[in-house]
Amino acid sequence: MEEKQKIFRDNIFKRLFWPLMALGLLLLFNLIFTKGFFHIEMRDGHFYGTLLDILNHGSKVMILAVGMTLVIATKGVDLSVGAVMAVAGAIAALLIVQVESGWIFVQGCTLGGLVPFLNAHHMSWFLPALAAIMISLVAGLWNALLVAGFRIQPIVATLVLMVAGRGIAQLITDGQIITFTNRGLTFIGNGHFLFLPFSVWIALGVFAIVAIAVRKTALGLFIESVGNNETASFYAGIEAKTIKGFTYVVCGLCAGVAGLIAASNIKCADSNNAGLYLELDAILAVVIGGTSLNGGRFFLAGSIVGAILIQTLTTTMYARDVSPHVAAVPKALVIIIVCLLQSETFRRKAMGILKTFKNK
Amino acid sequence: MGKTVELLEAKGIVKTFPGVKALSGVDFSVSAGEVHALMGENGAGKSTLVKIITGVYRKDAGEIIFNGKSISPGSTLEAEQCGISTVYQEVNLVPELSVAENICLGRQPKKLGFISWGGVRKRAVEALKRLELDIDVSKNLSYYSIAIQQLIAIARALDIDSKLLILDEPTSSLDEKEVAELFKMLKKLRGQGLGIVFITHFLDQVYQISDRITILRDGGKVGTFEAARLPRLEMVGRMIGKDPEQVKSMEKKREIRKVAGKEFLKAEGIGRKGMLFPMALEIREGEIIGLAGLLGSGRSETARMLFGVDPSDSGKLSIGGADTDISSPKKAVKNGIAMTAEDRKVTGIISDLTIRENIVLALQARAGAFRTYTLKEQYALADKFIKALGIKTPDADQLIKNLSGGNQQKALLARWLAMEPRLFMLDEPTRGIDVGAKAEIEKVMDELCEKGMALLFISSEMEEVSRNCDRVMVLRDRRKIGEISGEDISLQAIMKMIAE
Ligand SMILES: Nc1ncnc2c1ncn2[C@@H]1O[C@H](COP(=O)(O)OP(=O)(O)OP(=O)(O)O)[C@@H](O)[C@H]1O
Ligand SMILES: [Mg+2]
Repeated sequence: MEEKQKIFRDNIFKRLFWPLMALGLLLLFNLIFTKGFFHIEMRDGHFYGTLLDILNHGSKVMILAVGMTLVIATKGVDLSVGAVMAVAGAIAALLIVQVESGWIFVQGCTLGGLVPFLNAHHMSWFLPALAAIMISLVAGLWNALLVAGFRIQPIVATLVLMVAGRGIAQLITDGQIITFTNRGLTFIGNGHFLFLPFSVWIALGVFAIVAIAVRKTALGLFIESVGNNETASFYAGIEAKTIKGFTYVVCGLCAGVAGLIAASNIKCADSNNAGLYLELDAILAVVIGGTSLNGGRFFLAGSIVGAILIQTLTTTMYARDVSPHVAAVPKALVIIIVCLLQSETFRRKAMGILKTFKNK
Repeated sequence: MGKTVELLEAKGIVKTFPGVKALSGVDFSVSAGEVHALMGENGAGKSTLVKIITGVYRKDAGEIIFNGKSISPGSTLEAEQCGISTVYQEVNLVPELSVAENICLGRQPKKLGFISWGGVRKRAVEALKRLELDIDVSKNLSYYSIAIQQLIAIARALDIDSKLLILDEPTSSLDEKEVAELFKMLKKLRGQGLGIVFITHFLDQVYQISDRITILRDGGKVGTFEAARLPRLEMVGRMIGKDPEQVKSMEKKREIRKVAGKEFLKAEGIGRKGMLFPMALEIREGEIIGLAGLLGSGRSETARMLFGVDPSDSGKLSIGGADTDISSPKKAVKNGIAMTAEDRKVTGIISDLTIRENIVLALQARAGAFRTYTLKEQYALADKFIKALGIKTPDADQLIKNLSGGNQQKALLARWLAMEPRLFMLDEPTRGIDVGAKAEIEKVMDELCEKGMALLFISSEMEEVSRNCDRVMVLRDRRKIGEISGEDISLQAIMKMIAE
């Protein structure tokens, strides 16, 4: 029994080996060449520094990657998460402005009246945040309907919302960039809690909740089974449709949370740029983390490592003053190398070539 | 066999997989103009040997001499170019391509450097005609049943201009007529000087066609024998490592049982448009029912309907007296109905999951996502069935795709046995399972039937149906045409009813 669990752990470690290795090397590079990269200081009881910035900025992709992992495990993909982030941010910004201007009657709608030592003002962020999450839930249900219900190819199905989503966000904000100053809402993406940026705690929370939900129940097994062989899973009595739909809903919810953080970061809702291209980063993080686009086995922890690796790369580019126009190139290089190293075929071939060189 | 020139000579082949020594120094030779049967239990190493000869796997040690030259093909394509053509145990064609494309894949007829699609079609039609198969070659491969797919794979192999033809359980889904057609073809090719390697678990077929027999056991070679000088019992004995007397005592005949269990399932007028005509049906606890009929008569369709894969659209059905609607496999499973379908690869195994996960799957699906079996319970269950059915594996954590074909089939049976079904529908259940294991499985099934499980059994071997069943339902042209029960069951009676 214990031996078997050891095998299990070995497997996880093997999966995480190459991404962790790449991350380690990248950090080593920065330790030697980038001044101040590892500098951490304590201000007002919180830590600050480049490393924490990486975690803070990376939290959005981490959260997206968690949801995306489940979707990809079912052999699907969700291209709409970036757009859903924009919609969620827009809703939150719109409502918070209305709430603060008193246009919406706050007391009745929030928990402010129920919790004795909080007043309506403290809880004013609650309704907008909840609405943002709700709208992302709807987005997830929509994708689930198209993919699981109508059996539309995931790429095509989620492309609908990827394109339409930003339009919807524009409609919500009436084409404006809505700025806000609400303390609660800005805290989500800028505040600190227990030494760390609050968004990092949110990312950890999302990861923990999803990981427990799929690994402590049989959901994870069903997802892997459906992703690996949908027909056979159906024959085994698994409701393949429901399982698939579920992953899109979770993915949508994750996008909503990430959208809130994104809006909070810059204290405004920018329909055009919020979450732009983040769906690609999320997919990359998942793949780097060892989950195959062919579906089947998935690795949530791997995806988190992947997200951190991507953000570290981005931050390294900034720190080294690489112009954003060319920054994509080294980033792509590192990612290709990690993906190649994960392929056993490639490793074997590479070893073969190395050996023949040695012999000569 | 006057000739001593060997066409293929494999010497001292060794292959080790993590935790398994699949082949330990096997010698194997085939001469031109012979059919050479390769026999052995599930997991003995037959498919592995084939895959090494044809470049799917790399050997750890040994040498392969083909046509006087030492070869070591790195891919199936290379092996084909050397003149070795193969049908693998798991049909490895492309489901999304047309039949014609599948047959000509890699060897498309060309005109001015471009693929000539007309030529592709023509060649495919000709290749299929050799097996007396007349189907639309422009349809996707996945459109056809597993039996037809198997024939297509054979047609493809025959179409390759080769000196050695290897067939790994090519007949596992075929019925008698198709097997006869195939054998006619093989005999002709043998006459033309081809060497043919033939793997099967049907002992009759071995004696019908082969000249020599090589037996493998646990990755080692037991010996090579002239087929005419190896009696059947001795062959089985050598395969499973027992002496012929012991084998004889294993082959005891089932006595006819009187079943008077309670009614489990009763259906009136259930059918499905375009698939099955409405029929009435009754299944009692503990009963073993056979579905007999020719290929395409609606046997598998009946099982699929009762399992909710293609649910019925008319009539009514009750289970244990209560009206029920089985509209999906999930509902069937909830009602204690289990089924293994014909096509193991598509409808059965979840290849990238472990044996343990594959075995608990149906049980877990019935319990729902939130009543999880602990790892300890799962291992206990998996280990129990690995032992009971003799699944050959180092442990329950192996990926199921690494099991030999017959052992995969056993693991699938385990998946359903684990949930202790009240009705178990088996579509060609013992295909690819060796003689010894067949007996084991029949024993397990019998025990469950004693406890009240009903068994619905589909097999194109009518012999098997007539021998094992308490009651036989006969189908023809997608219609139930009658039933035979008890003492009246015989091969002749079934044949007569089908022919009438
Ligand atoms: N890719 C693989 N990885 C690990 N083990 C394998 C792999 N392929 C085969 N094996 C193991 O090697 C052994 C021989 O398998 P093989 O498929 O050759 O058996 P077989 O004689 O063809 O059996 P069957 O009659 O069931 O088809 C089995 O124990 C099997 O589990
Ligand atoms: Mg085999």
